[in-house]
Amino acid sequence: MTMEHTDAVPGPSTKSSLYALSPHVKKRNAKEARFKAIGIGAILIGLVFLVILVTQIVGNGASAFQQTRIDVELTVSQEEFDSAEKSSLKTSKYRGILENALLVTIQENGIETPFTKGKDIRPLISSGAGNTLRQHLLTHPDQIGEPFKFNVLTNGTVDGYLKGRVSRESIANDKSINEAHLELVDTLKDSGVLRKGFNMGFITGNDTSDLRPEQSGFGQSMLGSLAMMIVVLLVCLPISVGASIYLEEFAPKNKITDFIEVNISNLAAVPSIVFGILALAAFIQFGGGTLGFSALRNSAPLVGGLALSLMTLPTIIIATRASLKAVPGTIREAALGLGASRMQAVFHHILPLAMPGILTGTIIGLAAALGETAPLLMIGMVAFVQMDLDSVSGFFSDPNVGMPAQIYIWATRADGAWYERAWGGIIILLVFLLTMNIIAIILRRRFERRW
Amino acid sequence: MYDVPNTERDTTVNDIKISANKVQVYYGEKQAIKDVDCEIQDKTVTAFIGPSGCGKSTFLRCLNRMNDTISVCRVEGSINLDGEDIYDKRVDPVQLRAKVGMVFQKPNPFPKSIYDNVAYGPRIHGLFKTKAELDDIVEKALRRGALWEEVKDRLGDPATGMSGGQQQRLCIARAVATEPEVLLMDEPCSALDPIATAQVEELIDELRSNYSVVIVTHSMQQAARVSQKTAFFHLGNLVEFDDTSKIFTNPEDPRTESYITGRIG
Repeated sequence: MTMEHTDAVPGPSTKSSLYALSPHVKKRNAKEARFKAIGIGAILIGLVFLVILVTQIVGNGASAFQQTRIDVELTVSQEEFDSAEKSSLKTSKYRGILENALLVTIQENGIETPFTKGKDIRPLISSGAGNTLRQHLLTHPDQIGEPFKFNVLTNGTVDGYLKGRVSRESIANDKSINEAHLELVDTLKDSGVLRKGFNMGFITGNDTSDLRPEQSGFGQSMLGSLAMMIVVLLVCLPISVGASIYLEEFAPKNKITDFIEVNISNLAAVPSIVFGILALAAFIQFGGGTLGFSALRNSAPLVGGLALSLMTLPTIIIATRASLKAVPGTIREAALGLGASRMQAVFHHILPLAMPGILTGTIIGLAAALGETAPLLMIGMVAFVQMDLDSVSGFFSDPNVGMPAQIYIWATRADGAWYERAWGGIIILLVFLLTMNIIAIILRRRFERRW
Repeated sequence: MYDVPNTERDTTVNDIKISANKVQVYYGEKQAIKDVDCEIQDKTVTAFIGPSGCGKSTFLRCLNRMNDTISVCRVEGSINLDGEDIYDKRVDPVQLRAKVGMVFQKPNPFPKSIYDNVAYGPRIHGLFKTKAELDDIVEKALRRGALWEEVKDRLGDPATGMSGGQQQRLCIARAVATEPEVLLMDEPCSALDPIATAQVEELIDELRSNYSVVIVTHSMQQAARVSQKTAFFHLGNLVEFDDTSKIFTNPEDPRTESYITGRIG
């Protein structure tokens, strides 16, 4: 840019019209337009990814919330019950009873079938169905000898056939099921004996062995995650709020506090797997092994929660300090000027004003911990763990898994049904995360006060 | 050239409330206040005037040790309140600030109700036994703050919803509620319009009957209107301290004269 230098007061050298854009302004406008276009492009790309993510998750996972079942009418006589209970293969006996009853049901419905023996239609029903029937009879002994309707889970392959995952071509090499079975499934579906329904078991159930995907559920891992989140909240909130208040309001500003501050920021950037191996060494090997605290053991949600706490602490401390800093100094001065002590100023005025920010930071930290998998790998929370959900004795100390770990376990299993369930688990996990974020937003909106 | 002060000039000499002796204030390496000696009388309005950055606010904040909250700030010399050194090791600044109240430049009510704002001081200092006593203290303070008639029907409303002038009078009422002996005011009218300013000034004049009031102001007219004593600060020095009428009509120091006639500052 050049300026014409004259002895007089500088002024416009030539008259120019306001209607004609100068080359300089034109260039500037073009730059601005380009920048806007890039910004819109970036947002569009982001949106495309979001759409892909949501459609993938819903498309793959929604079917996990539906499960195929068959209505079987059966009567279990006292003799059958007694002989099954005496057998050493109890569940297989009950399964036989179910198979026979299903065949009778099919024939009574007037459906033509090439199968003549109960054993032939074994591939239709879940291998866990025998045990389900046994449990049902043990809890309802009055139904022995009486006819009743029993709703049986179908095998995962049959379920997959109705959901389009399994086809006649894909079972060509499968020895356990053949085309005749699938034809029977088609006719049973048309007659209404076999149908898909809402899969409550997926939400409340626990993990099952590789062979029974149709019986598995996400409920156990939800409990595991809940236990871990409680530990994280109880450990992190008091420690980090206390640390932040001290550092922000009381600590002298010197080299030591500077050093601590830098280290807290660094801690936030440490990879989470490091916290996992730290938890393994500190809690399980030292705390559980050397010191002998029996609750601190492999796969315990207590240890998982402590590992996640290590990871979440810096996040909450940073958020808390930021919201304490955001409280205007005039409020602090007002309280001190009235003769309040520092502690009174903090607890009567500053902390309540910073609370929405602290809570938001805490919930965001919890959400991050909820989705964290790596530390759980190190402390054995990714094993096959099956809890009896009816009698959970050690909520915090019984081996369990977390939601992301359960998803990971399912995704590594062979059967296509597990793949579907992994996606279903992701939907539940995301619903939790979304809920937590919405709560954070509501808290921020509701408790936000102007000053 | 200035308005004739509308407050009655009080020529009787009152007791000395605060006396400062060779006060030096440093912010880190920088010296903000140099060798200030000053005696502030009881039941008198004392105004501190001077250009920006002259140290008048800094000196004011020394009087109730608000500077303690700034870690790099260091105060030397002695400041006595009723003959007791407020910087003595035995003095708890919290107790001092209950005696020496402060009103700030920007109205800073707590984001609570009007009632809770005024009641906060009495609550933390335990100045009452029953709820009725507290109600009484709050009413009295709001009356002193010339705010009672305006707010008596909405004591539960948030203080942050009031106008700027009302907020500042509330802050004065809040400071008065703790029954201080000295009231420090740091440019209390700089955020207010002329009408609110007039109300606050009237209030300051009324407060004089019970308290020693020290006010920092940028407006020389205001100093002339409300104060009996005026101190002129310049570059960290207390240049001149005398009766307001003398400072504004017949200043001794040429710097004071330059400032009040608008040649420096």
